[in-house]
Amino acid sequence: MVYAHETGHFASIGFAAVDAAIELDGLERRYGERVALRGVSVRLAPGATLAVLGPNGAGKTTLLRVLAGLLRPHAGTARVFGAEIPDERWKVPAQVGYLGHEPLLYRDLTARENLTYHARLHGVDRSRVREAIAAVGMERRADEPLRELSRGMVQRLAAARAVLHDPPLLLLDEPRAHLDPAAAELLEPLIGRGSGRTRVLVSHDVERALGEADVALGLRAGRQAFAGNPDPDAVRELYR
Amino acid sequence: MYSKGLIPLAGATVVTLAAAMALVFFYAPLDADQGFVQKIFYVHVPMAIVSLCGFVAGGIMAIKYLRSRDPSWDMRSYVAIHISIILGVGVLATGAIWAKASWGHWWVWDEPVLVSFLVVVLLYCVYYPLRFSIEDRERQARYSSVFAIAAGAFVPLNFAAVRMAEAYTHPRVLSQTGGNLPGEMRLTFLVSLLAMTLLYVTLWKLELTSKHASMQLKRLKRKLAEREAVAA
Amino acid sequence: MIAAAGAILRKDLRLELRTKESVPAMTLFTLTVYVLFHFGLDRDSLDGALAAGVLWVTLLLAAVIGVSRIFAVEREQGGIDALLLAPVDRTSLFLAKAAALFVFLVAVEVVAIPAFALLLLGPGLAGMLPELLAILALGDLGIAAVGALVAALAAETRARELIVPLLLLPFLVPVLIACAQATEPFMRPDQGPEDLGRWLALLTLYDVVFVLLSVAVFDYLLED
Repeated sequence: MVYAHETGHFASIGFAAVDAAIELDGLERRYGERVALRGVSVRLAPGATLAVLGPNGAGKTTLLRVLAGLLRPHAGTARVFGAEIPDERWKVPAQVGYLGHEPLLYRDLTARENLTYHARLHGVDRSRVREAIAAVGMERRADEPLRELSRGMVQRLAAARAVLHDPPLLLLDEPRAHLDPAAAELLEPLIGRGSGRTRVLVSHDVERALGEADVALGLRAGRQAFAGNPDPDAVRELYR
Repeated sequence: MYSKGLIPLAGATVVTLAAAMALVFFYAPLDADQGFVQKIFYVHVPMAIVSLCGFVAGGIMAIKYLRSRDPSWDMRSYVAIHISIILGVGVLATGAIWAKASWGHWWVWDEPVLVSFLVVVLLYCVYYPLRFSIEDRERQARYSSVFAIAAGAFVPLNFAAVRMAEAYTHPRVLSQTGGNLPGEMRLTFLVSLLAMTLLYVTLWKLELTSKHASMQLKRLKRKLAEREAVAA
Repeated sequence: MIAAAGAILRKDLRLELRTKESVPAMTLFTLTVYVLFHFGLDRDSLDGALAAGVLWVTLLLAAVIGVSRIFAVEREQGGIDALLLAPVDRTSLFLAKAAALFVFLVAVEVVAIPAFALLLLGPGLAGMLPELLAILALGDLGIAAVGALVAALAAETRARELIVPLLLLPFLVPVLIACAQATEPFMRPDQGPEDLGRWLALLTLYDVVFVLLSVAVFDYLLED
């Protein structure tokens, strides 16, 4: 693949025949009067990984939530596999697996009950639940309420939840939080580069995120600092 | 934007109000049973009708907002409800005065207009804390609109329920609000109703204009602050 | 939509069975309020309008507790986001929450109404059972529909524990009027129906209006 970089504007991946997995153009989102994102423009090809970098409060989580269809953009366009947000928002859930700060699981239900609930919501066959529990290595404790599990185990289950409906796009917000290296290794085939899914990765582990990414997007106070293949100076500047 | 036609409208309101007052005091005959006190009817009932219509109109404007997502409809709905609540409090006050003068009590539970208004005003008062405890503008407009629609549908239902309850527990039917008024009283009533409607629309437009102006001012100030920040 | 609503409802009932958060609290609350009325009114047994009023006011107050808790678990544990991330209509959330409230209210009434007959009611309940069930069913439906709507309206506000009762109780005044008026004749010493059809008709109208209205507007809530 050939990457065309143009800082501050479109970072497009030369894969002309394939439609973009993600297309953002002049994206803007406010909370009340406060601007959380402004002028974010990025393109990501299917199968590629986008690393979103920036200090706290830069708008990284907001960006993920817009892509997930949880927040509507206030200006600009956002497309996920060609579906325009928010007008075609209903097409997005089937395409997107979201793994954020909150596990989005009920503490008083067991792993199996939680995942069965999500399988029903997504219209996924219940046999997928058993597979997903096995994939994150939680068979032995699948019938205990989540409040009795460690935070790392809950994070593993949250990853299982995010990929339960086999989405082509993953939105990952610090996916390795609370995970020990072994558990992180275990999740690699589900949410890692090897999963074959398009990924948007928010992480404070800059070195590692850049290592995994095809494209990087730097955000600072909601504005796009760079998009494309950043030079180390630009990244350092971001966190300065 | 909202101030268009405000001055002629205000003029018409003043003229109609003056005419209504003149009719009430010099033209309409004294009521045989209640005497002079009955004249508060010409304020109380038009106020009640206009206020109720305002609540329902607020609901309809809220539907328009949800359809169009145009914030100005939310603002219109908000101001309509706001003015209606003020008139609603007026209805309660004039009703209480009337009740005191003709029955000797400040409050009577067998007067459906009064009782429904108490419930409606209590419900709509919650509009303010609901609206102003949501910070995000867009969400505030959406939630306020949903409230305005639900409450707008509630107003007639509540009226029917209270009326039914009073009709069955107190078979005495009060005729003050009935349609069979003598001719002079009817004319006076209709002019009063027109005056109240005009007053409502004038207040609504005035409040919208001032809200719009202060929002405009805030926006300009913010722009200025941004420009100064950039310059510095 | 129905399948998704069923999934949410099953989840809610399972959570309630496990945490026992709402129904026991609501039931306990009704019993406490009976005791309060006993002392407040200084009466050992009630009949007629007083009995109907005490019963329905108590049930409405208990409903406030259920309504203010009905979205708590979603708000605290990310359930709303999970639903928005699923290919699910938000109307199904309304249907599920209203259905859960209905089930909670029925569960409370299974205890609260016999307890009322035992503790406070003068005349017996046996003669009015079918009619009472009809009144309860329609009343609960109205409370559940408006309750789910109010809970969703208040969910995003800062002062939600204040807004839920302030909003819910005025909305339920017509339900109180109809239910209390319909129940009252059965609670007189000379039991017998009176204008029952009229009050059931009013309740049905109320239920239809608010179920349809909530279904129509619910999509605009909970979205960002």
